[in-house]
This record gives sequence, C-alpha cells and structure tokens, in this order.
Amino acid sequence: MLVTGVARQLGGRFVRRIQRDPQVDRVIAVDAVAPEHHLGGADFVQADIRQPGIARVLAETAADTVVHLDVTAMALGSGSRTTVKETNVIGTMQLLGACQKSPNVKRLVVKSSTNVYGSAPRDPAVFTETTPPKSLPSGGFAKDTVEVEGYVRGFARRRPDVAVCVLRFANILGPTADTPLASYFTLPVLPTVFGYDPRLQFVHEDDVIEVLRIASHEPERGTLNSGTFNIAGDGVLLLSQCSRRLGRPTVPLLLPAVTWAGSLVRTLGMTDFSPEQIRLLTHGRVVSTVQMRETLGFRPKYTTAETFAEFARSQGPGLLPPEALAGAVDRIAALPLAGGGHPPTQSAN
Amino acid sequence: MADAKVIPFDDDRSRAGAVQRPARRRSAGSRRKGSEPALVREVQPLPSRASAQDDVPVTREEEPPQQANDEGGLERRIAGGLSFLRRRLTGDYEVDDFGYDEELTDQVLMSLLRPVYEKYFRVEVKGVENIPAEGGALIVANHSGTLPLDGLMMQVAVHDQHPANRHLRLLAADLVFMLPVVNELARKAGHTLACAEDAERLLGRGELVGVMPEGFKGIGKPFSERYKLQRFGRGGFVSTALRQRTPIIPCSIVGAEEIYPMIGNAKTLARLLGFPYFPLTPTFPWLGPLGAVPLPTKWTIQFGEPILTDGYPPEAAEDPMLMFNLTDQVREQIQHTLYKLLVQRRSVFF
Repeated sequence: MLVTGVARQLGGRFVRRIQRDPQVDRVIAVDAVAPEHHLGGADFVQADIRQPGIARVLAETAADTVVHLDVTAMALGSGSRTTVKETNVIGTMQLLGACQKSPNVKRLVVKSSTNVYGSAPRDPAVFTETTPPKSLPSGGFAKDTVEVEGYVRGFARRRPDVAVCVLRFANILGPTADTPLASYFTLPVLPTVFGYDPRLQFVHEDDVIEVLRIASHEPERGTLNSGTFNIAGDGVLLLSQCSRRLGRPTVPLLLPAVTWAGSLVRTLGMTDFSPEQIRLLTHGRVVSTVQMRETLGFRPKYTTAETFAEFARSQGPGLLPPEALAGAVDRIAALPLAGGGHPPTQSAN
Repeated sequence: MADAKVIPFDDDRSRAGAVQRPARRRSAGSRRKGSEPALVREVQPLPSRASAQDDVPVTREEEPPQQANDEGGLERRIAGGLSFLRRRLTGDYEVDDFGYDEELTDQVLMSLLRPVYEKYFRVEVKGVENIPAEGGALIVANHSGTLPLDGLMMQVAVHDQHPANRHLRLLAADLVFMLPVVNELARKAGHTLACAEDAERLLGRGELVGVMPEGFKGIGKPFSERYKLQRFGRGGFVSTALRQRTPIIPCSIVGAEEIYPMIGNAKTLARLLGFPYFPLTPTFPWLGPLGAVPLPTKWTIQFGEPILTDGYPPEAAEDPMLMFNLTDQVREQIQHTLYKLLVQRRSVFF
C-alpha cells in the first residue's frame, strides 16, 4: 500500500493505524518532506509527487493500493498557496499517470472535500453526491478539489479495473487537524458575516482514519467501497452555536467588509482565508450521508456536535466560556427561585 | 364576480362616513405601532427578556399574598425563561439539516407573530381538520400582499389551530436566502429554498410543507388583479407530491391581497436593487417607514379537501398531461374557494 501526504498529522496517523490491519503487508509512505512524527514500521520514501519520479517509486514497490491524502487546503509549515495548489493538482495528475502505467494497482482512494459543492444561497439545503453545484468554486482549495475529482474521474474511465473511491469529507476537526476552519476557530474573537448563520457539519479525525481504512480494504459483505461518498458526522451546528459552545465572542461584519478584509489578509500572506471559506461561513453547507451509511457501510462514531465538543475541549476556554455564562444565568435564577420556596407554602395556607 | 364583491380600496380609505371606522383604524394603527418595535427587536429578543427578569425580585416583595398563585405562574415562567436563556447562551440546542430551530420558533418567533395573527389581522381559520395529524402533506396556497406575510400567517394558523400543533415548513424564493438577516430568520423558522430536492426531502421525512406556486407573479401583482390566481409555475409541486405520495391540500387565503394595495411598480428601482418588483402603494414610499405598515384587513384562511396522490403509479410523476390536469384541479379549487369566501365576506376590514 502506498500512502501520500504522510508528513501531515492525518497522514501519519493513518499510516500508523493501517499497519495494524492484517490485510496490509507493507506500507510505503511518500511525501516531499520528511515527517516530524514517527510512522511506525512504514517505509518512508522522500519523493515529490509533482515529479515523474513517483512513477518509479510506484513501479519499484509494486503497490496494489494507493491512498492519496495529499489534497489539502493548507500548506505544511511555511509553504505558499502556489505550492499547495501544485501539489494538489499537478501532484494528483502525476500520481494518476503513475497509477495508470502500473499494472499492480487495484485500488485507489482519494481524499476530497465537500468544498466541491460550493456554497450559494440558491443551492438546495442538503447536497447529495449527485447534486450539481449551482456555482462552481472560483478558486482556492475548492477549485483544486473540483479539478482533482475531474482527473480521478478520467482515470476511472481509462482504468475500469481499478476500484476508485473518492471520499468527500466535511470539515475535519480534531486535536491535530490542520484545516482552515480549525484555525478559524482558534481565533480569540470570531469574525462572522452579519445577518447570516451558516449551517456547518464536522467529521472527527478518528472517523476519517476509520473510513479511509474501510475504503482501502476489500469491501465488506453487502457493501461497496468504490464511488463517491460524502463523509460527515450526523447533525448540523450553526456557526452561532459553535461560537457559543466554544465560548468565543463573535464580531458580525457586513459581507463587503468581510470580503475586503479577507483579501487584505490574503495579500499580506498571513493565512489562506480564501473566498470559498468566506462563502462557507456565509451560506453554510450540509451534505447527505445516506450513501456513506447504506453503500459504504460506515457509521461515524462522532456526531457533528460531539466532534465539535471534542475540539472545543482541546482548545481550552475562550473569552466567554459557556460554563461561566450558564453560572451567571443560574445565579440570576437563584434570586427569584431562592424565594421561590415561599409561594407554594403560602398557597397551601 | 369576485371584483363585484371586493370593496373598492379608495372608498374605504378616504371616506370618513362611518363614525367608528376611523377610530377603529387609528386604534388598530397604534396597536400596530406597539408591535413594530418588537419586530425590529426580534433578532435579539434575549436581552429584553433578561432585563425584564432582573427587576422581578424587586417588585416581588411588595406584592400582596393573594397574588401568590399568579406569582407562582410567573415564577414558573421566569424559571422557564431562564433555562431557555441558559440553553441559548451556551449554544445547547438542536437544529435540523435545514437549520430549523424548533425551540426558537416556538418560544420567540411564534410569539412575535401571534399578536399580528390574532389581534391585527384577526385570522379566521376554516377546514383545519383537512390537514392530517401526522405524515407528509403539501399545502398549496395563493400568494399575495407584496410582502410574504400570508405565508407566515399560514404557519401560525397551522401551528396554533391544528390539534397536533404541526409545524409548517414553507418553501421560499431564493431572494429570501440572499438577503442578510432575513435568510437567517427564515432558516431558523423552518423555511427552505423552493426546489424539488428540499421539498421531497421534507415530505419524505413526514413534514408538512407549504408552497405558494404563484411565486413573485402572485405576491407582486397589482391591486386591480386581486384574487385572480396567476399561473402555477410548471406544476413542479404536483410531481413532488406524486413522487412522495403525499396528499395536496389546497389553501385559500383571503385578506392578504389588501394589506398593501400595490398601485404601481417602480421597475427601474427594482432592477437597481435586484428585487423582482418595487411596490408603490398609496402610502409607500411616500410616508416613509410609516407607509410600510400593512392595512389591518380581516383574514380568512381556508384549508380545502385534500387531493390524494397515492392512487397514481410511480411513473405518473413524469406524465406532463397528468401534471397539468392536477395543477389545474388544485388551482381551480383554490380559486373557487376564494370566490366563495369573498362572497361571504362582509367587509375588507372586519
């Protein structure tokens, strides 16, 4: 089995976990930079998937399963957006080219994102895997994923003998997740768009690892693990709920101001807070996970709310901790309720 | 036939003939003014609630003991309000996939709409027994009144009058979801975009879905065309109901047509603002925000006999002829009921 993008926490965790499965003989971990975390007993090969050298790695190792995790929104360390985009798009093209030449490859798993649906007020409330997006993402990571999925579809047409599984993950949260939304939630004060309360869905890292395992092995009886699947925890949280549960105050800004501030921050190179991200935080996005349950046979351990609670615990208290607010309300409640013992006795008299 | 029975708008307004009528209108107007700040405040109803609770302990001590019973009720309400406030502040509440916030709708949004429903428009509801107590059903209603107040009143009517207190999930135009604040409130009140996917998903979950197929053609039609049903789109609502095998309940709303008598349409301004129409009424925009106060008409909402769809085979949803026939049937039924209700109506305002 060959896994790309192992220098990231998620890739590292997956590599460590997958080696414990009896079906897996050997794991070849590939990334352009050496990982800081250990990879268990996996063989690390330092190779840049943007270079044709990846084909040689694949041919030499004769891997039968390729798990492509190097489709990410954020650069590792201090990389620029251009590098990320090249790794996402060119890297996928090179990797798929390599897979096409390799007769050994039987299974391909690609990490994608629900970003492919975009986010617009004219969209239906819940996306299924077949819903066409009303407005295609114009740039950033979302456009990368659209292009990656396009190449993967092309590959699946040319190599019908390979089982291809595309997993569209909702916003991944967890103690080590490095997604733009996770870094947004670490801000002390959350800027929000005035007059909009987006619906968000989260998926826990543990569930991500688990579903990647299911997708990279032979399918269980009665399930099918090739195709495209939305992966998200049950339920929905509004951004306002998230900020309150996290205990971080929000600053509602007018939409033009947010767009302007976003482009300013991007120009200064502080963070890749893309227009797609702003659209997500304006209109929100909810996907249907019926296919995930019924076809893939995967049931996430964490709901959206539980994932978020777990994440909030790892973040530490914000400026307005919910416990403090609840305590304040309880103190107000204690005032009339302290005397609240009297009315029943009076009426009894 | 309908027009003959409609009291002409100008007569009713300019004439001071009836002695009690101006007084009535004024009192209604002032009542409306009372509810207006509440509407403005509805985005943040919690602080006002909290401040109301703050001064309760002070007044409590002076209260005579014979009010103990009232006080007990009051305390219960305060306790309820505080636990509501606690849940709200800590984000400890649930919303569904569509962003519908049942608690907020029941406790806040409905109580804001209820005075308008009961006191201002004095809505009379008929035929509520035609709505099933459980399972999906599609309520199809006429649309009018420049602002979609008729949908909101229908929602209150279904919730308050139906024995099972069912929640109506309205399908709204995409414009609603583009406007800030409005989209947030609409989602929280359980509305969603009028598209086949959302409607089918809601009906499949056994929800009661409300749709107004006339859309902007109905709500933005001039006053002279009141109570004349416009075209019912392509009848997408019929195929949705057929696919989900849910009954269609025609609903006729009388009274909403006269709340904002639209005598003109500033098309250039509408195009500039991106709205489908920009209404000109005798009072709006000439009197500014005061002109945006709707006229206190008396409303009647009649739910008609359900049209069952489970007798049709599944492939019937693809039959355009059947679609048009069923659409016409629903449309005719609503139009006839409208005429009937108009004949029975004594006056526009009471």
